[in-house]
Amino acid sequence: MSDNDADLEIGPEERRPHRVIGTPPPAAGILTDPGRGDGEDEAPAAEPWIPADNPDPVSAKNWERVAALLFTLSALASVGFVAAYVGLEIGNKNGDVVDATLRSNLALGTALSVAMLAIGIGMVIWVRYIMPPVEVSEARHPLASDPEDRAAFAETILEGAAASQLTKRPLLRRTLLAAVLPVAAAPLIVLRDLGPLPGTSLRSTVWKKGTRLTVYGSNQPITPADFNSPGAMITVIPEGYADNDEVLAKATVIIIKMEPGQLKIPTRYNDGVNGPHTLLNSMNWTVDNIVAYSKICTHVGCPAALYEQTTHKILCPCHQSTFDAETGATVLFGPAPRPLPQLPITVDAEGYLVAQSDFQEPVGPSFWERG
Amino acid sequence: MSTTQHRPLQMPKPLAKQGGELDDRFHAAKGVRTLLRKVFPDHWTFLLGEIALYSFIILILTGIFLTLFFQPSMSEVVYHGSYTKLDGVRMSQAYASTLNISFDVRGGLLMRQIHHWAADVFLAAIICHLLRIFFTGAYRKPRETNWLIGLGMFTLGIFEGFLGYSMPDDLLSGTGVRIAEGVLLGIPVVGTYLSFFLFGGQFPGNEFVARFYIIHVLLIPGLLLALVSAHLFLMVHQKHTQMPGAGRTNNNVVGQPMYPYFAIKTGAFFFFVFGVLALLGTFAQINPIWQVGPYTPVAISAGSQPDFYMGFLEGSLRIFPNWTWDIGGHTIAWNVLIPALVILGFLFTVLGVWPFVERWATGDKSYHNVNQKPRNAPTRTGVGMAGVVFYGIMWLEGANDLIAVHLQIPLYTLTEVARYAVFIGPVIAFWITRRICIGLQRRDAAMLEHGVETGIIQQLPNGGFAEAERPVTPEEAAELIELPPPSVTEVRSDTDENGLPAPARRGLAGRVQARAHDYFVEGISLAPPANGHTNGHGTNGHGTNGHNGHGEVESGERAAIGSGPSGDRADDEA
Repeated sequence: MSDNDADLEIGPEERRPHRVIGTPPPAAGILTDPGRGDGEDEAPAAEPWIPADNPDPVSAKNWERVAALLFTLSALASVGFVAAYVGLEIGNKNGDVVDATLRSNLALGTALSVAMLAIGIGMVIWVRYIMPPVEVSEARHPLASDPEDRAAFAETILEGAAASQLTKRPLLRRTLLAAVLPVAAAPLIVLRDLGPLPGTSLRSTVWKKGTRLTVYGSNQPITPADFNSPGAMITVIPEGYADNDEVLAKATVIIIKMEPGQLKIPTRYNDGVNGPHTLLNSMNWTVDNIVAYSKICTHVGCPAALYEQTTHKILCPCHQSTFDAETGATVLFGPAPRPLPQLPITVDAEGYLVAQSDFQEPVGPSFWERG
Repeated sequence: MSTTQHRPLQMPKPLAKQGGELDDRFHAAKGVRTLLRKVFPDHWTFLLGEIALYSFIILILTGIFLTLFFQPSMSEVVYHGSYTKLDGVRMSQAYASTLNISFDVRGGLLMRQIHHWAADVFLAAIICHLLRIFFTGAYRKPRETNWLIGLGMFTLGIFEGFLGYSMPDDLLSGTGVRIAEGVLLGIPVVGTYLSFFLFGGQFPGNEFVARFYIIHVLLIPGLLLALVSAHLFLMVHQKHTQMPGAGRTNNNVVGQPMYPYFAIKTGAFFFFVFGVLALLGTFAQINPIWQVGPYTPVAISAGSQPDFYMGFLEGSLRIFPNWTWDIGGHTIAWNVLIPALVILGFLFTVLGVWPFVERWATGDKSYHNVNQKPRNAPTRTGVGMAGVVFYGIMWLEGANDLIAVHLQIPLYTLTEVARYAVFIGPVIAFWITRRICIGLQRRDAAMLEHGVETGIIQQLPNGGFAEAERPVTPEEAAELIELPPPSVTEVRSDTDENGLPAPARRGLAGRVQARAHDYFVEGISLAPPANGHTNGHGTNGHGTNGHNGHGEVESGERAAIGSGPSGDRADDEA
């Protein structure tokens, strides 16, 4: 490889790049490494490989002062960091907690940034302007081994394989394999108890006949008269489950009040291929122009939380699935494949909104067993 | 460049003694000396990988600090801490402890913000580093393994980041986890089981923060550390590639020695990266978890956006049509499966097999230690830009609601356009990029042949004007010229001397490979100038793979320099 070194004797005056993007190469020519041949026994270089001093001592001295200034600045900044840590209180003892935190963050962060950047800039000045510029070349050794070494390696492998008897004794080999594979599968088995099996739990929610709709936040039941502002949408949850996230992740419902005549929910059944025909949407499931839909988007389960009053569109802010609230939350746009399931509602003896039953189809995203 | 004053260097006695004691035990003098004198080439793009490395170290440092205060538990508490706006609110311990880190631990907010920024910079640097490797062909033999290791780290980094920003259990992070659950449910056959095992039952359950935590702080960082070590070891062992230039060949490395030059430079760069991340953590607020409150499946904040590296998946989920199949009592959610999992798999599969596809197509089995300029591999560069556009459109669509609001474009129009653009855009990008590359090659060829325009106008004796040109210097030529290995450039005629199909083109596989070969190596191969001047088009201007004089058979037919798409090429008419 050393024959390539001859190519590298290029004088500095010729190394004037036409155009330099990024880091310009050091001004000096390429030095070959006299001590870096292939030969194992080559003597160490008689000449120094890299020069000891910068060819421009005046400039180097000036840059040394700049670097020293930066290193001093860094030290001071570190002292400032400690001072800010000790001196600036956080928490809400003196006024606003966010302000106190941001004050402390500003002081600590500025000190840390200056401490780090000053060291970094100082070191770059050190290596680029104080140390002697140098560019050296090193030969690449072939990565492939010599044929003899490869042959010897193959021989070693084959010798070992023969001595291990594995090549001659298939019974030993096969039974060992049969023993190892189950062991490798064992870790998967022991992960079984990470959770219960899904069963049919994704098919139903806690809504049942007579469950009251309570307003999310206040947890108060609601009557149609309470919710008498057409165009409004509120989020309701089944009574008694305000603190149960697993229940709310499926059972959260939005109710929407419309002007008389605006609701045009068709009577819609499922296709009945996989079971009896079930009713999926009905005007009979509304009360006083109030309709209830699952809030869980049928795409990947985000809450479909945005409602446009003028057009009666329900929008999921995650992926913009859009549903038409007038016609049974049918899909107008976006990646959701199905309407938001409608919750059958009515009023109970005390006049509060209650569910007539659970949803008639699974809520939320598609899953394999949904059918 | 040898120095004239040569004074012998003397190791101080105590150091010599210590060194001797160490070498007595470790036999290290020779090996360590080799390492100290190792030459590292220099180019600004080589710093991209270092940014990723140092971000990773800073992630570990700040991450250790955060683990000392973070409580990875979903047990419910009622908050009574410093942040009075959430006083009395029911939340998980994870969220409460994140509030405490932010408001009650000095420097806690800074560490959180540096940690989060470092994660974003880590992945951004990985993506830029990956693009650099791709567009300069640095993944070619012998570095295919390191390319695959890099892809593995990229994948792990994406998951690591997702797990990390899911743990505070605030409204935004919980929404991301909910989407992940929706994606898991969409996996055929095992989806519901995977979801129930991950969450310990129905979403959200009481388990996932603790499980994400141990994967985030132990499992994936351990894997990443191992892969980083392997990546760096292979880089040192195989030696770094270098950019084309004077004195740089396939058989050497030109640069600065590790000790002391590279060590100081890279050390400085660590402080730079740390300093810039500290600046970001100080002045650029990121993930202010106290603003949106604890997670509840009931609510969501508008404009929910994941971290940037999940953006392309978010975008593909947004633009993919709502296709599902109900077959035999089972639901196949194509609307989730394809955008979230198939596209992710597709992207990484293409990246993973690319070096081998290129090797198969070009038939190039030689070593490559000098990188290519992107223009000198027009097909690869075109494919790369197609990928960038494909990814970029989906990534932008991940913020389509914000784009719609700020640019006053109707949201649905934007999504509809993206649905087509994601297919058409990459094709256009491929074609344009390829043409630009070939155009740049032509400029290089012209420069080598005619010299560099100086901008000096001279009046000729006959009164005319002409621009003075100077010949290309050897250094400039060294940056322009690239000699592909013979295996790439050998002429592959459609027929042999007897008019029968050439051996390389026999059979279906042969025909496909030959066509791919022609397409990949199409373009100009620039020969070195003779005596500082060039041979002109006679040898280097012609044809797709014929050059250096022995391309005459074909160069007559494929006269155009870097002729267009294969459809209008002479070999199709033959």
